[in-house]
Amino acid sequence: MRVLLVLLAFLAAPAWAVQPDEVLDDPVLESRARALGQELRCLVCRNESIDESSAGFARDLRLLVRERLVAGDSDAEVLDFLVARYGEYVLLRPPLRGNLTLWLTAPALLLLGAGGAVLFIRRGRKTPVAPAPLTADERARLAALLEQPSGRDT
Amino acid sequence: MVAELGHLAVILALVVAVLQTVVPVVGARRGWAEWMAFAGPAAVAQAVLLTAAFGALVWAFVTSDFSLSVVTANSHSAKPLIYKISGTWGNHEGSLLLWVLILALFGAAVALRGQELPARLRALVLAVQASIAVAFLLFLLLTSNPFDRLAFPPFDGRDLNPLLQDPGLAFHPPFLYLGYVGLSMAFSFAIAALIEGRVDPAWARWVRPWTLAAWVFLTIGIGLGSWWAYYELGWGGWWFWDPVENASFMPWLISVALLHSAIVVEKRNTLKSWTILLAILGFSFSLLGTFIVRSGVITSVHAFANDPTRGVFILMILGVFVGGALTLYAARAHALRSDAVFSTVSRESALVMNNLLLAVATLVVLVGTLWPLIAELATGRKVSVGPPFFNISFTPFMVALAMILPLGAMLPWKRARLDRSLPPLTGALALSVAMGALVWAVQTGGGMVAPIGAALGTWVIGGALADLGQRAKLGKAGAAEIRRRLANLPRAEWGKAVAHAGLGILFIAIAAIEAGQREDIRILRPGETFAFQGYDITLQDVRVLRGPNYKAERAVLTVAQAGRPLAVLEPEKRFYPVQGMPTTEAGIDRGWTRDLYLVIGDRQDGGVVVRSFIKPMANWLWIGAIVMSLGGAISLTDRRYRLGAAAPRPRAAPVAAE
Repeated sequence: MRVLLVLLAFLAAPAWAVQPDEVLDDPVLESRARALGQELRCLVCRNESIDESSAGFARDLRLLVRERLVAGDSDAEVLDFLVARYGEYVLLRPPLRGNLTLWLTAPALLLLGAGGAVLFIRRGRKTPVAPAPLTADERARLAALLEQPSGRDT
Repeated sequence: MVAELGHLAVILALVVAVLQTVVPVVGARRGWAEWMAFAGPAAVAQAVLLTAAFGALVWAFVTSDFSLSVVTANSHSAKPLIYKISGTWGNHEGSLLLWVLILALFGAAVALRGQELPARLRALVLAVQASIAVAFLLFLLLTSNPFDRLAFPPFDGRDLNPLLQDPGLAFHPPFLYLGYVGLSMAFSFAIAALIEGRVDPAWARWVRPWTLAAWVFLTIGIGLGSWWAYYELGWGGWWFWDPVENASFMPWLISVALLHSAIVVEKRNTLKSWTILLAILGFSFSLLGTFIVRSGVITSVHAFANDPTRGVFILMILGVFVGGALTLYAARAHALRSDAVFSTVSRESALVMNNLLLAVATLVVLVGTLWPLIAELATGRKVSVGPPFFNISFTPFMVALAMILPLGAMLPWKRARLDRSLPPLTGALALSVAMGALVWAVQTGGGMVAPIGAALGTWVIGGALADLGQRAKLGKAGAAEIRRRLANLPRAEWGKAVAHAGLGILFIAIAAIEAGQREDIRILRPGETFAFQGYDITLQDVRVLRGPNYKAERAVLTVAQAGRPLAVLEPEKRFYPVQGMPTTEAGIDRGWTRDLYLVIGDRQDGGVVVRSFIKPMANWLWIGAIVMSLGGAISLTDRRYRLGAAAPRPRAAPVAAE
């Protein structure tokens, strides 16, 4: 009986991302809403955008985004509105301001690494110094080694 | 009783591992051959003991021994047998036991197969391997003992997370662990080489097969995980840039870099200290991945606080091994002088570029993954770093990599000339430009993702074919000569071409699915039909049914194309009562050019919500991953790995000049 109740509760539970009743009639607005949905984090989920999430909170945010778009907001205004409300955490693409280090990682490391690579390649171009000639000792050892019958040598 | 034996076996394995860490090192320092030789039998004994311990845990899961707390927390008597077995590693304790088991198996493999290794190197490698085992066995016994008993065993268990009750995910963790832990071999070889102060082409030849094997396993493991996410999570995503995914992706990227730089060491005896650094970093990223996954520190800071001992313990392991290895590296790396001469345009330079792009790409993923933690610790702000960041920051590196790949793969060593190396590639170049233009012309709307992906993929695949063609003297020699040349081509060359072609396939598939996906959401009542991208989809029926340990609601949908019936798809919504968790099972009509992907949601207004997707070339994602790992496997069978570098050669039979 309890199982049945749980099952019933499950059948009534909200599920799976964007619902048919959320979709806007204007296809241009709707595609903007979908694109924005992928930029926004579902704050109560593990690591999902509101576009993917089945949580009730994500649905509320999706409806909110569409409401703002219908009201005539630009994409940037919608994002600003949500940041003002929920904080920067809601953005899946961290803004440049405050996250400069993050965004500069790729170009800075690439430049640094390219510098190292160029140095290495330039060093490779130089002709090496001729190896020092063998000492009399080494020559004697080499001769002895060459004399030996070549068997298993470890 | 069996569980106690398993517990005892783990403790004995720890004792063996401690001895295996100390005795061979003393032997190597003092030059005592017997002490060095102790490492081999010890490594085998460790593997036998841990196999027994793991067997005991599997037994406990199969027989549903609910007196073990792990079994109670992660199993249920009604669960199908295969998931009882896979449940063994579907939890923290069991997966750690699997981790140390695989570590020990790799150690035993070196002990049994590494006869051609110099005795000192072999002893040191096995000692380093054992020291890792000591750390993880201590972790296992002190914080996560899988053999802990319950004073009052319950009648039944709490079941395994239903998302994990799936064939794709049953074998995903073992493959990932084979990859993670396989990189420990490269690490151990690197540390041993630093202690010895010697890195030479022979060293690279010993390290490379282990790295290659680890990479093949990682590729399969990541591919399985992505495949699972695609059909199980309910909307057909295949990569999410989740911290846990990134944790497996970073060692993969580093192992690719290591594979390529080890070639330079092997063939040209240069790039040595960089290769050592990559070997250290590869395993460090594996440890970091273990830390991220096991502690939950990234996904949620609170999960970390739930069990601080575990997180802190892994952090200590991470600190000791990574810190120790890097310190040793800093002290010794300068001794690894390189003396090779090569010009700016050469295979060497191309491989340096490959390594530069891969290494920086890895660090970008690392910084992106850790940034939320860094920002919170530094400024107290909560920041999210999601797919939009990674897509922008990571993709350019892969584009650049694909652009230089075919040319770099064909440049000769030492000194190359573009006017000689470019002509064989003109066909591939023309084909790729044509392909990009074709896709651009055919697609309706959409940006440059599809054309660029198609052009790059064609370029990489065409380059791999051109490379084979040139080696076979295609167009210059007769058919018999071409056949002979292809047959005599080293397996490593075949492996290289196949793996590169796999990457090209992956590029095309990613571009197609990212740019060409189509989607529809609607409420459908039984008997209703709707048209979607040239298919007529009819909902026949929605029924409720019972599985062994779940209940499900299944929709029966028929798909027709131009009046002809094409497929019957039965997407399900399942509910696992023991864990109180719903899951989706998508209905997928798989095809060579596209997948038709249907999922059902709630009942609404007397109907059911149906989401339909067209996923162009989805199957080529997994085909690309399979082809890549196949390339690695072919390369592993190359003659030069089967014959040891120092193996005895047949006596002075006159050899024909090359």
